[in-house]
Amino acid sequence: MECRNVIEPIAVQDFYQRVIRMKMEQWRLAQICAVRVEDGYEMSYSFCKDYDMVTLRLIVGLEEKISSITQIYPCAFLQENEGAELFGVQIESLDLDYHHKLYRIDKETPFKEKG
Amino acid sequence: MAKRSIIPFGPQHPVLPEPVHLDLVLEDETVVEAVPSIGYIHRGLEKLVEKKDFKQYVYIAERVCGICSCGHGMGYCESVEHVMGINVPPRAAYLRTIWIEMSRIHSHLLWLGLLADALGFESLFMESWRLREKILDMMDATTGGRIIFSVNCVGGVLKDITPEMLAEISRTVDEMEKEFAPIMETFLHDYSVQSRLCGLGVLTKDQAVMLGAVGPMLRASGVSYDVRMTGYAAYGDLSVEPITAADGDSYARCEVRLKELLQSFQLIREAIGKIPEGPIAVPVKGSPSGEYFMRIEQPRGEAIYYVKGNGTKNLDRFRLRTPTTSNIPPMLETVKGCQLADVPLLILTIDPCISCTER
Repeated sequence: MECRNVIEPIAVQDFYQRVIRMKMEQWRLAQICAVRVEDGYEMSYSFCKDYDMVTLRLIVGLEEKISSITQIYPCAFLQENEGAELFGVQIESLDLDYHHKLYRIDKETPFKEKG
Repeated sequence: MAKRSIIPFGPQHPVLPEPVHLDLVLEDETVVEAVPSIGYIHRGLEKLVEKKDFKQYVYIAERVCGICSCGHGMGYCESVEHVMGINVPPRAAYLRTIWIEMSRIHSHLLWLGLLADALGFESLFMESWRLREKILDMMDATTGGRIIFSVNCVGGVLKDITPEMLAEISRTVDEMEKEFAPIMETFLHDYSVQSRLCGLGVLTKDQAVMLGAVGPMLRASGVSYDVRMTGYAAYGDLSVEPITAADGDSYARCEVRLKELLQSFQLIREAIGKIPEGPIAVPVKGSPSGEYFMRIEQPRGEAIYYVKGNGTKNLDRFRLRTPTTSNIPPMLETVKGCQLADVPLLILTIDPCISCTER
């Protein structure tokens, strides 16, 4: 079966509108992934519909704040908390914010630094 | 007015083989809200990818969890192979398919046993786990390990299965299917099972999609989605159809898993019938550069493997989104409105795997 599996870069200002559209078009939130890059983070939000998968790619600065998508997809809370707690991504307005208490770990944001 | 109270559930509980905690907000005996806490066994295995050679990391991916071990190794390898443009030999793809279907049988029988145990149906629990031993023996005979068997490698598989052994697997699967019939009959038609599962924890089709459910949890709500349809490994050559149920309750989730067992028996037989001769691995040269999101259908549902390589032997990032991570939000929805006494059973019906979730 042929299915789409693409990564689409998107600017922060267009992101939330696009996520709302995904929700209205019945796309399922599949995963959220943070990757540490030189000047900040690469945030990937993947959505699935039938067998197609589209990943929206945001580049976020180290101290830049982004809004949570839990107002649109409430099921995002675990993965967004994980991004905040392990990588230190600054995510605001999380519906269920664990305030770095999701994982019982000693080190703060252990995935922030490489190696 | 009903009395409101908060009951802590877990992290240690008889139905939970692994720790997860819920704060259950109750009105009398009815659950109105549940707030989950995980993180008791977080190991940071994703981070290790920065320190290990991408070929060595297969062994770590396989150890994320015991039950899903084969799938994790395969998902990781397939994602790296996509990045590196490696086509594994057809025989290796078939061998991977046979082993992962064996894992599905092992996982579903394990779950059925746990469900029977939670229902207090001891003989059904023992029958399910007795049958599971047969597939574990087949795993042992073909790989040398009952649970974690390191057979996947980037570029193919490490072990072959002889024609005699394939015939033995086929015979065992036939035998298991016969012995499974009365177990399935009991799960589907016994009054005591039905009375505990029917109508419990209903998740509608829309809720399942919008809350991100995957695997049997999603299919039991009537959504026809099974990643095996995308044709990874040897599934493109085999007859796979998503198994669905309409009611979205705990009984429907049980029914889907029971029928998936029959499907796995059939897929193993079909793969054995079609497996081509040839090499089982190709040499791997260079290091991965690029990124890929790979989806595979684990026994508990869709798992997503993301790898990002920088052209060196150490990957920049490995991310594993496990089925349980996706099934926790829908599970929280299903417990709303249920009785406190039904919560353990409802948690069990998502078949939670906390080891995978915490990585």
